[in-house]
Amino acid sequence: MENPSRAAHPRLREITAGLKDTIPLLLGAAPFGTVFGAVAVGSGLSPAAVMGLSVFVFAGSSQFVAAGLVAQGVSFPMIILTTFVVNLRHALYATSLGPFLKKLPRRWLFPLAFWLTDETYAVTIRHYQQDPDNPHRTWYQLASSVSMYLNWQLWTAVGLFAGTKLAGLSEWGLDFAMAVTFIGIVVPLVRSLPMVLCAVVAGAAAVLLKSLPSNLGLLAAALAGMAAGTIAAALRRPAAGAAPPAGQEGPV
Amino acid sequence: MSVQEILLIAGMVAVTFGARFVPLALAERLRMPRIVEAALRFVPVAVLTAITVPAVLMPHGTLQVQVGNPYLFGSLAAIGVAWLTKRLLPTIASGMAVFLFWKLVVIA
Repeated sequence: MENPSRAAHPRLREITAGLKDTIPLLLGAAPFGTVFGAVAVGSGLSPAAVMGLSVFVFAGSSQFVAAGLVAQGVSFPMIILTTFVVNLRHALYATSLGPFLKKLPRRWLFPLAFWLTDETYAVTIRHYQQDPDNPHRTWYQLASSVSMYLNWQLWTAVGLFAGTKLAGLSEWGLDFAMAVTFIGIVVPLVRSLPMVLCAVVAGAAAVLLKSLPSNLGLLAAALAGMAAGTIAAALRRPAAGAAPPAGQEGPV
Repeated sequence: MSVQEILLIAGMVAVTFGARFVPLALAERLRMPRIVEAALRFVPVAVLTAITVPAVLMPHGTLQVQVGNPYLFGSLAAIGVAWLTKRLLPTIASGMAVFLFWKLVVIA
């Protein structure tokens, strides 16, 4: 099955794979970006500031939260603090990707960090775990990152210009595209009892804590799921402490 | 754009980029404690599940475990296909198909 012309362009192959896997997430982000553009102008921010949030911050849910807080007249330092809490989960992503990017020249880390989103993390960690020895794999992440970024700018601008008329985009079911993509990524990873426990605890806690402000519920639920999985994995190991080094077990 | 708005955006950029960059940059220097390394293996499942479950069970903010929730049935189909095939595109296609069928035909 190995196509010689594709094998000769390993970077191109990684870029193509990254774009292909990101397509459903681009669709899913479209209504999100449009609604953001439309809602944020209504919050009292200038159109330039709304676009500036997408161009420079590039973190969807925190942009929504910020626009909402601006509309309520919350002070700017408080909004920045809230942004930090909302985006703390990116630190988890970065810590998780870190070992795969260790040998990378530092100049790569700036763009990859700046463009790190839920969506790009989701497809990238799956790709890295499936093919941990591919020296060109960073191009996969870069392709996913850049496409998510340009897509987000496009739909923010559409929302800015079209206003609230396009808010009904979610009726097309595009808002389900992200959920269903994440399901396709998570389910195959859930192959051991600790992973099942992690998913159940994280999912249940996220529902129970949904009403907490600034995504705190999401962060707490993720940490609870990680704790449940880690404890379960530790208990399943021989008590003598003969646990193998973490890196040798693979992603399971 | 006012000076206030520029400061707001600059502050948001600092905290967001910081959260994304610092752990990446430290990865080569820091030797993680074994417990943290073990816990990090659970990041994808924990975070993505914590994002997805409320989106599916509470699409409009309140818990909807009922026939009228197309997100729920689209997800169940996707979980089944993902479990059987372990492949992304069939999972997305079947989940979206059941979701739209449920939304436009079953409960319309």
